[in-house]
Amino acid sequence: MNVSIRSKNLRGAVLGLVPVLLATGCGNSGGGPSGDSSADTIANIGSDTMLQLAMAWSEAFKLAEPGVNVEVNGGGSGVGIAGLINGSVDLANSSRAFEEKEAADLRAKQGKEPLGVTVGFDALSIYVHKDNPLQELTLEQLAGIYSRDGAIRTWSDLGVKAIPGAQGDEIIAISRQNNSGTHHYFKEAVVGKKGVLRPDCVNQNGSADVVNLVATTPNAIGYSGMGYRTDAVRILKVAKRAGEAAILPSIASTLDKSYPIARPMFVYTAGEPAAHIKKYIDWILSEPGQSLLAENGYVPLPKQ
Amino acid sequence: MSLPRSPERPAGRGRLAVLFEQAIELLIRLCGISAIVFVFGIFFFVFREGAPYLAQLDLGAFLFSSDWYPSNDPAHYGAGALLLGTLSVTLLAMLMAVPFGLGAAVFVSEFSAPRTREVLKIVIELLAAVPSVVWGFIGMSVLGPLIKDVFQVPLGVNMFNAALLLALMSVPIIVSIGEDALKAVPDSYREAALALGATRWQTVFRMLFPAAKNGLLAAVLLGVGRAIGETMAVLMATGHSARIPTSLFDPVQTLTATIAAELGEARQGSEHYQVLFLIGVLLFTLTFAVNLTADLVVKGIRRK
Repeated sequence: MNVSIRSKNLRGAVLGLVPVLLATGCGNSGGGPSGDSSADTIANIGSDTMLQLAMAWSEAFKLAEPGVNVEVNGGGSGVGIAGLINGSVDLANSSRAFEEKEAADLRAKQGKEPLGVTVGFDALSIYVHKDNPLQELTLEQLAGIYSRDGAIRTWSDLGVKAIPGAQGDEIIAISRQNNSGTHHYFKEAVVGKKGVLRPDCVNQNGSADVVNLVATTPNAIGYSGMGYRTDAVRILKVAKRAGEAAILPSIASTLDKSYPIARPMFVYTAGEPAAHIKKYIDWILSEPGQSLLAENGYVPLPKQ
Repeated sequence: MSLPRSPERPAGRGRLAVLFEQAIELLIRLCGISAIVFVFGIFFFVFREGAPYLAQLDLGAFLFSSDWYPSNDPAHYGAGALLLGTLSVTLLAMLMAVPFGLGAAVFVSEFSAPRTREVLKIVIELLAAVPSVVWGFIGMSVLGPLIKDVFQVPLGVNMFNAALLLALMSVPIIVSIGEDALKAVPDSYREAALALGATRWQTVFRMLFPAAKNGLLAAVLLGVGRAIGETMAVLMATGHSARIPTSLFDPVQTLTATIAAELGEARQGSEHYQVLFLIGVLLFTLTFAVNLTADLVVKGIRRK
């Protein structure tokens, strides 16, 4: 008698527990609110590259439109898109386009098409320590530094003789965690779709982390958004190929496409956006929204 | 296995009181069982998420290859470098923490005046209360530059940095459990050692350590468990670079940090997602083995 009660209770506890685990375990780790709480709250989650920008947008929009609350969170483009697919995110920031399999997931889960709007551009900048005398690199040299089969492993391979404060000659290649949108783009743009990044990259988890580590490491080189520049680091000019002019990332050089590693930034909704989200997107595309791009170190859309 | 039963209904006690007693007993029994259910529930869930990939898993490559390229096409899931990262950081941390931890335990339990002992115990417990993200921050911003300058190495966030943090984090555990073990040695042993004319050194090494060896070993193993499972601090302080370390000052990447950094952006149900869960199973197995060993060792004490 006693035993049977016990086993029944145990089974009940197990059955009760599993859904709880599923709910907590499968939840979106970006931690977005589920959109049902208030119609005028926009869960805006995604790209770390766009995080500064998205927060500036959200604050400015709050002043312009006090009734709408935009809750911004980072985590990466993939986090935002995953949230959009499972319905916990209203507006996903992404520094890469929706992938076909992600679009298929969205169709399967919600029966909606992803709807993307280009909101600006980001010039991926190559950062070195401020004491590093190097001024410019070609894309091939960058590939030589970052790809697995690349031959450039020391600063003297690049003709840099001595970096004040550096220990030894080794190039410390700083990268992003391997599924961030920035990593994705950098890999494709620099070492190519089929290329492989060197395995001993030091991977950082955020755009600002990369710049901070470069700032304290004279041996380092890293890539991050233009907006994360500080006084402790320097941005290198990049040339498409040897012999061509090396270009500094800037608004002008991004828009005329002379800077070789710049990319568009998107916001995505699942299907047609609700009225208050549509209003937010329209505001982002309007003059007050676009002016925040340049202020925060991004590149606004060309004026029509 | 017989369970303590509620006593036969004593004279003068109401039916309600008996029912209440039984309800409480049931509740307490459920609490006891819930711990088991949770452990198995968690293991089941983690395993279930990773299981679909098991069929195509090349165990040899998973455990021994250092090609960790989850976002390449085709992807490579070689967790060898990550496993080695976890093991090497933990080993190094223990090489630092065990002498300090046991030394502190001996001092607190045997040599300190009662007042000093109380103060020390409080401070050591405070050390255990520092959140791991704070340790990580200290590693990144204080220890990193310091290690870079003192040891003349190019990168401050590395295996040594993380091991130092882990040592600091596991010392409190080793001290408090180690102290309990030493306290459990009967005073008559100490008196006998004194009577034989043993010096303090001889008392500690020839009498105390052998007498308390099981408890001390358990203390060390729990410290190991703490170090293996730690995530945030190692994510921030190891440098996060999936390579086979060749020096103490090479950056490494641990299993835990890999999950923390990549799970957020791995598409749910994708191969990468499943492999990350398999890494979770690997970690679970590691910590389970360590804790089980600790447990059996403690059981060994009781039998004596």
